[in-house]
Amino acid sequence: MSVPHRELPAIADYVLLPLINVTVAFLVSGLVVLAIGENPIEAVKIMVFGALGYSEGIGFTLYYATDFVFTGLAVAVAFHAGLFNIGAEGQATLGGLGVALVCLAFDGAPWWLVAPFALVASALFGAAWAFLPAWAQARRGSHIVITTIMFNYLAAVLMVWLLGGPLGKPGAMSPETRTFEEATRLPLLRDLVAPFGIDLGQSPLNPTVFAAAAAAVFVWALIWKTRFGYELRAVGRNPTAAVYAGIEPGGIVIAAMLISGALAGLLAVNEVMGTQHRLLLEFTAGAGFVGIAVALMGRNHPVGVVLASLLFGMLYQGGAELAFEKPNISRDMIVVIQALVILFAGALEHMFRPALGRIFAPRGRTA
Amino acid sequence: MGRAMTRSEAATASHPPAIAFVGIDKRFGAVHANRDIDLEIARGSIHGLVGENGAGKSTLMSILYGFYQADRGEIRIDGRRAAIRSSADAIHAGIGMVHQQFMLVDTLSVLENVLIGAEGSFRLGPAEKHARAVLKRLADDYELAVDPDAIVGSLSVGEQQRVEILKTLYRGAEILILDEPTAVLTPAEVEHLFRILRRLQGEGKTVVVITHKLKEIKAVTDWVSVMRKGEIVATWPTADTTVEMLAEAMVGRRVLLRVEKAASVPGAVELEVDRLSIVDRRGVALLDDVSFTVRAGEIVGIAGVAGNGQSELLEAIAGIRRATRGRILVGGRDASALDPAEIRGLGVAHIPEDRHRMGLVLDFAAEENAILGYQDDPAWRRGPLLDGTKIRDAATTMFSDYDVRPPDPELRTALFSGGNQQKIIVGREIGREPRVLLVGQPTRGVDIGAIEAIHRRLIELRDRGRAILLVSAELDEIRSLSDRVLCMCAGRITGECRPEASEREIGLLMAGLGTEVGA
Repeated sequence: MSVPHRELPAIADYVLLPLINVTVAFLVSGLVVLAIGENPIEAVKIMVFGALGYSEGIGFTLYYATDFVFTGLAVAVAFHAGLFNIGAEGQATLGGLGVALVCLAFDGAPWWLVAPFALVASALFGAAWAFLPAWAQARRGSHIVITTIMFNYLAAVLMVWLLGGPLGKPGAMSPETRTFEEATRLPLLRDLVAPFGIDLGQSPLNPTVFAAAAAAVFVWALIWKTRFGYELRAVGRNPTAAVYAGIEPGGIVIAAMLISGALAGLLAVNEVMGTQHRLLLEFTAGAGFVGIAVALMGRNHPVGVVLASLLFGMLYQGGAELAFEKPNISRDMIVVIQALVILFAGALEHMFRPALGRIFAPRGRTA
Repeated sequence: MGRAMTRSEAATASHPPAIAFVGIDKRFGAVHANRDIDLEIARGSIHGLVGENGAGKSTLMSILYGFYQADRGEIRIDGRRAAIRSSADAIHAGIGMVHQQFMLVDTLSVLENVLIGAEGSFRLGPAEKHARAVLKRLADDYELAVDPDAIVGSLSVGEQQRVEILKTLYRGAEILILDEPTAVLTPAEVEHLFRILRRLQGEGKTVVVITHKLKEIKAVTDWVSVMRKGEIVATWPTADTTVEMLAEAMVGRRVLLRVEKAASVPGAVELEVDRLSIVDRRGVALLDDVSFTVRAGEIVGIAGVAGNGQSELLEAIAGIRRATRGRILVGGRDASALDPAEIRGLGVAHIPEDRHRMGLVLDFAAEENAILGYQDDPAWRRGPLLDGTKIRDAATTMFSDYDVRPPDPELRTALFSGGNQQKIIVGREIGREPRVLLVGQPTRGVDIGAIEAIHRRLIELRDRGRAILLVSAELDEIRSLSDRVLCMCAGRITGECRPEASEREIGLLMAGLGTEVGA
């Protein structure tokens, strides 16, 4: 005798609804652009061309997207276990520490030898940073949202201390490690594809993008094709039923957070080993928080996360171009557009659902 | 419509009906919840509304109470067209509703609960004084005595229900709608409620009772309307009906109400509960020194009003809740310290009382729920992954064996009706041929047709020599299925009797008043 559910067809639920949300976000953004006296159509042209119009732009878009895929997946995995991991930022930061330690220890060794260790170290360090909040949630009931936020700050402070002291480059003005040797840095894809006549310009796109794709496939299989994923989803959707089914929710919570932290940590390979070649303060540049938006928008599905990451990659890259071309439109304006996308695709995700439901409701049929 | 019209002719010509539904039609997407409903409810009558889950009873009453708007049709109160767009409109029109799940604030007093939404002014004082006087009068008039200063959380369920009724009367209700009012009451409390309803009727109030308990329809109503698939299929004077007739009208076919079963042939003890106690953090004994055995080939029923330790007992045996003292033996092995997975490994299956909270993950595909609790089974494994094909095949077979409708294992579980959700659980748990089956409220909120099927499955399992422990708030279910009946009250086994014992006798034991009878 409950109110009958109105189910949308999958195509409407997973494609049409997000598309409408993003479109509305852009329409509203257009109004904002109009309000500051610029032509929104021209702005869109610049953004899209900047992000996708030439190979260097595409390279940058994919490079940004790589970061977001890792953090988006991190948030999504935790979400399926019923956990809101706000701490991807801090976990990625610690991942950076892991990568930097490996690269500094093997400095000068060829990148292909160091890369596997760097990957493992980034995942381990990221997971380790997620462990305490996970344990506190699972065994002591401390809310994961609070503890992961606190651990973001702890990570930041830890970095300041490490880079200003033990790990800092002697005599440097800024808190950072020394730069890795050329041989130890990840190769840039631009060097690999240049012989084929593709010019990726200055884009820092590196092989980590493939690791991100692999991570998306891994997460998909883990969540929907394994027993662990089954148990993780059961805990996330109905912990009481999970206990009934002989699943220990605490163990699942800890495991899910370790995986989440590991995924966030992997971001550091892209940034530290692939792009900046040294450990900097705040090298994550907020990618951990963008991951939350990406996961929300991507409906916590790896395919959605990848698509949303690409969209955000475009926003970052196209937005940078826009800010460069149009002095009136500052970097902050880009943040506003991103915020609108998050608002409509994330927070107001279901705003157009009832309307869509009416459109898709079968007519003239009696049940 | 024909029947409804003859009925209105029978009603007094001078008085228009208290409520008239005229051509009410309501759809939710593809579901046609109410189809062109014409129904008149006579002033001063007690009118029963019966029907299977999803027949549209609650929708119709929700339209009357302003939760939903009808797509077509109108409602007339006392012959005048009423535009009811919210529950505030409904209250204004003199309609009061007592929901199945009480809408009370546990931490407030009775008086405060009655006043919620009718405080009147910024200062509570005058309203409280007025309410106190009104409550006193209502209590005298209708046997609705409840201490106005008692904290609602400390009251019995029956008393809480009285507070709900008081709330509606305080707001001037002339028409009372009660949704499944007896689901949580002891037989004595049910009697009390019926006395209150007759008093209300005596004062000229109109009462509508939504229920699926046909015996209660017979006991208290003057008129009964049967709904099926969104339509009113019959409206009869209750005196002209039989329980069989009502059941047939509800389901649309003949229904076997009596459970056919042979005498049990009990074998070895499969489940032994030995002096089991559970004390919660506040020191309250939820289970108090409970001992009993269940043998192979018998069904032991536990009768009791919900909330007297039955849930805790089932959960303790299933390993979900840790006992404070005492032992649980399964097939002679001590299972007291095992976790739910290990206990399942011993061959104990469990149909939990609350399928939504515990028995299912509603967001899962039905096939995923068909392996819940058995996800460890190597049969479902293919390398590191789950074998989706095998799981789907098994679910498809089970769905056809247990007549789960629609037979679509990929459908989200929440979209199945209550009865079909329950069949998924029953199929999953019985399909494993468990040595011991724990069953809680197997047919709560389940259609008559499905009840019949579930009962038959339980008897078949018993006849194959399995031990079954049955907890149910439906006394009829306990009596018709069980081979032995234990009564529970306040966490204690208050007595054992044969299933043929009279309702009164079992009722006394359930209230903790009886002396030990029988074994």
